[in-house]
Amino acid sequence: MTETTIQKVVAVRETRDDRPTGFRAVLTEFWSYFSENRGAVMGLFFFIAVILVAVFANLIAPHLPNQQFRDALLQPPFWQTGGDFRFVLGTDAIGRDMLSRLIYGSRYSLFIGCIVVSISLVVGVLLGLMAGFFRGWVDTFIMRIMDVVLAFPSLLLALVLVAVLGPSLINAMISIAIVQQPHYVRLTRAAVMTEMTKDYVTAARVIGVKSLRLMLVTILPNCMAPLIVQAALSFSTAILDAAALGFLGMGAQPPTPEWGTMLAEAREFILRAWWVVTFPGIAILTTVLAINLMGDGLRDALDPKLKRS
Amino acid sequence: MFLYFLKKLGVILPTFFGVTLVAFVFIRCLPGDPVLLMAGEHGMSEERHAQLMAVYGFDKPILVQYGYYLKQLAHGDFGTSIITRQPVLNEFKTLFPATVELSLCAMIIAVFFGLPAGMIAATRRGSFFDHTVMTGALAGYSMPIFWWGLLLIIFFSGILGWTPVSGRISLLFYFEPVTGFMLIDSLLSGQEGAFTSAVSHLILPAIVLATIPLAVIARQTRSAMLEVLSEDYVRTARAKGLGPQRVIGLHALRNALIPVITVIGLQVGVLFAGAILTETIFSWPGIGKWMVDSIFRRDYSAVQGGLLLIAAIVMFVNLAVDLLYGLINPQIRHTD
Repeated sequence: MTETTIQKVVAVRETRDDRPTGFRAVLTEFWSYFSENRGAVMGLFFFIAVILVAVFANLIAPHLPNQQFRDALLQPPFWQTGGDFRFVLGTDAIGRDMLSRLIYGSRYSLFIGCIVVSISLVVGVLLGLMAGFFRGWVDTFIMRIMDVVLAFPSLLLALVLVAVLGPSLINAMISIAIVQQPHYVRLTRAAVMTEMTKDYVTAARVIGVKSLRLMLVTILPNCMAPLIVQAALSFSTAILDAAALGFLGMGAQPPTPEWGTMLAEAREFILRAWWVVTFPGIAILTTVLAINLMGDGLRDALDPKLKRS
Repeated sequence: MFLYFLKKLGVILPTFFGVTLVAFVFIRCLPGDPVLLMAGEHGMSEERHAQLMAVYGFDKPILVQYGYYLKQLAHGDFGTSIITRQPVLNEFKTLFPATVELSLCAMIIAVFFGLPAGMIAATRRGSFFDHTVMTGALAGYSMPIFWWGLLLIIFFSGILGWTPVSGRISLLFYFEPVTGFMLIDSLLSGQEGAFTSAVSHLILPAIVLATIPLAVIARQTRSAMLEVLSEDYVRTARAKGLGPQRVIGLHALRNALIPVITVIGLQVGVLFAGAILTETIFSWPGIGKWMVDSIFRRDYSAVQGGLLLIAAIVMFVNLAVDLLYGLINPQIRHTD
């Protein structure tokens, strides 16, 4: 989906100066914009590192995430007195290795981000397309529902939805997806409405292109730029919200090594063992920060109109 | 302006009905017998069950039930808490000032630091200060605030011992609430040290709650300022020899503030969401903690009432911001 947008941009450029076409050229073009932003590149590399850690968790992690070492309860990280290299970042209250749990935890965070973004993107884009394309009562109906969802503070609604569905990681993801998708609907609708007035859409209609094809094949690819940026940003929000729900005991349940759930378990030890609280938070913060940096870079590269600075 | 108001109201009213529908449906979607959920009684007899079915109106068709619910709401009846047997509205009223006090202080911190930081960053674009502010803002925006709160507790309460860990004021002080705002009440009480105690309880939660709005405001101010600074009228003002302070303070800032005000208004929802986490960490007796506690106590009629009241307040504030915006900027009320 990235390609189509960039291809459009490239196509416009190519009419001016005859640059080589093809997928490689598209990537080069994109990279030249993206790499201007040093923070974005750093974010990208960090994000790739997190993905690698998640994929190869069972190879990297020194121990199993739920393996308990009864001889090492609340052992500090190796550089403090009482710590040793067996548990680089120390252990938690029931003797589980912090580092291993953090490494396995990255799987959950990425999984949450992927699922939430996929659900809210697909549903949101379809609803937004329908609203922007058909207008009239369809539009009013869809947008009023979205207004209702937006009237609630997002975390509160997610919390209540989880209370209805029952606390679990899957239900937390569904709730967060529901809470997030109005943003996709609004963005898609606005983009579709702009595109609808353009000549190429009129031309396609005159040729006799059917509604469904017009929506999905003609218009949608040209609305992708803001959606990709939104997807990146909501990936990070999803991780944050899921961690918050986990922290409140409404997300992933112990002993899952999800970062927010780890923090919830660590709460009672905050004044005794700083490491059980500090490291999961750093993991959440750095991952979310990396994705947000990347999102900023994507925005600058894909859509100069959205460029904020 | 009146037409603009009506137009906005026309959007808000259906949304409000939608919100009541969500609150209404919520309790009927919960797994389990609604009567048992609402009554919170164990081991009730068949007759009592049937009697309560009639009391709560669960034996009527669903639309009639919804109508009944709306009628109740119109009479200011937001349900009765299962646990405390108190009207939900009363509980909400007693706890609400604590959340407002916390949110207001957080907002003051956010605006007080965010606005100048964004402004200075914009005027010194590309400088070290600019990079620091923008990196800090992005970090603040990415912050899991529940963790940030715990860190501050470790550092300021644990290591330095400067601030208390929870509550609104030390147990040494007691006075009847007058305004419900602890800062004002402690001053009014005239007890020595009460105000300091209230401040020391408030400061950490306020900082935690301010983090995300501060980051958003700093970013928004910077980008709005950058946009305005490239406008022709700013160049004109510079060309006619006005000093940089006058150009920025008078010409640029006023126009840059318009989008910033909107963003500040939109933070109300963010503040409520943040209050849920912040109040839970600091045991701050406000609406956010009450909602979380109610969910855990399965006090679903409190959750239902609270959900509706919070949504209504957020909608009301957003409407007020919209109207204010239309008042400041006539272009807005004449388009769309």
